[in-house]
Amino acid sequence: MKAESPEIIAPDSQIPEQQPHWRQEFPIDSPQDDYRSRRDFTKLMVITSFAFVVGQAWIVLLSRLRRARGEPPLKDIAGVDELPVGGSKLFHYPSPGDASLLVRVSEGQFVAYGQKCTHLSCPVIPKPEAQRLHCPCHEGSFDLLTGQPLAGPPRRPLPRISLSVRGNRIYASGVQQGVV
Amino acid sequence: MAVPEANEFFVDPSRCIGCNGCVQACTECDTHKGYSMIQLDYIDQADSPQTVPVVCMHCESPTCAEVCPADAIKRMEDGVVQTARKPRCIACNNCVLACPFGVPKMNTAVHLMMKCDMCYDRTSVGKKPMCASVCPSQALFFGTRDEIERLRPQSRPLNTFKFGAQIIKTKVNIMVPARSTVEHIDVVAALYEPTVGNQLEDSLAPDGIDGDRE
Repeated sequence: MKAESPEIIAPDSQIPEQQPHWRQEFPIDSPQDDYRSRRDFTKLMVITSFAFVVGQAWIVLLSRLRRARGEPPLKDIAGVDELPVGGSKLFHYPSPGDASLLVRVSEGQFVAYGQKCTHLSCPVIPKPEAQRLHCPCHEGSFDLLTGQPLAGPPRRPLPRISLSVRGNRIYASGVQQGVV
Repeated sequence: MAVPEANEFFVDPSRCIGCNGCVQACTECDTHKGYSMIQLDYIDQADSPQTVPVVCMHCESPTCAEVCPADAIKRMEDGVVQTARKPRCIACNNCVLACPFGVPKMNTAVHLMMKCDMCYDRTSVGKKPMCASVCPSQALFFGTRDEIERLRPQSRPLNTFKFGAQIIKTKVNIMVPARSTVEHIDVVAALYEPTVGNQLEDSLAPDGIDGDRE
């Protein structure tokens, strides 16, 4: 009979285009009705929350692994005389994907931080004249001497890279993850 | 699974002998949960043994579904209108009041409208509905149009009804005399006519009785 006809038969016998919108929203025909049972919904909720639990466990596992791996090895960054006061140099530490900044603050003081802003990972730009590291994406600012957030959206300090000077060379010797 | 298109339901009330077999058989159907979804109506019990089996007519535009505020009554792709969906039915009785044929029944024990679904578990796999399979006079007949034409040459199937201003086309057919010229059956016409048996037109009626008994 009307089994195959997709048209909606309504009591006012108007064509489907002239039917009110709610008739498409609440179709009488079962195939057009996007039916979700309570059981399906519950199943979705259970699976979703289970996925959250697994995700949390994954995060814990990753941080354990990172801790177990220990300090990264020393890396030669630059010569002491290479940078003028206020100058900066980009290097990669601990892995080749981690851009970091070395800044000569004063004659005898160097600092180094990971370059990723702790807000949304934009690269920060050193502003030694203002004693700050500036993130241009959302106007975030970090203290040049400590890495603590000073202004803008970031709430966590930049990861600080430990430096050691041996002879005439500066070496990166570890990463101190910023703590909230 | 769907009811094969060739298989149709034909109801011929004039053949009904009121045996109640369909009512009993209906409770046996798995989709009815032990409740009988067929009604055996007496037309005028005081004067006539005539009964009418009432199954769902499975309208093309089901009034029960049109009036359902909870979007619970659905029609399958083969045109069979199902019992209200349990998670949606709010037991408001709108469908019970709206149906021109008086088919939906409110099951107050489970707060669910239940109705004849043409024994969907059976018909969708090619079997006959319970009522049609037991009916001894085949007032309820389930089969192809060719079969009914061969078996009932004096009747013809009709599936257009009128309920006030509403024209209803149904999946289930009612058998009418083949020579009748009616195009549709007026569902409520009987409301405005004297009840069956009131007119005593028989010549055996004693003189002075005009048959109007009020």
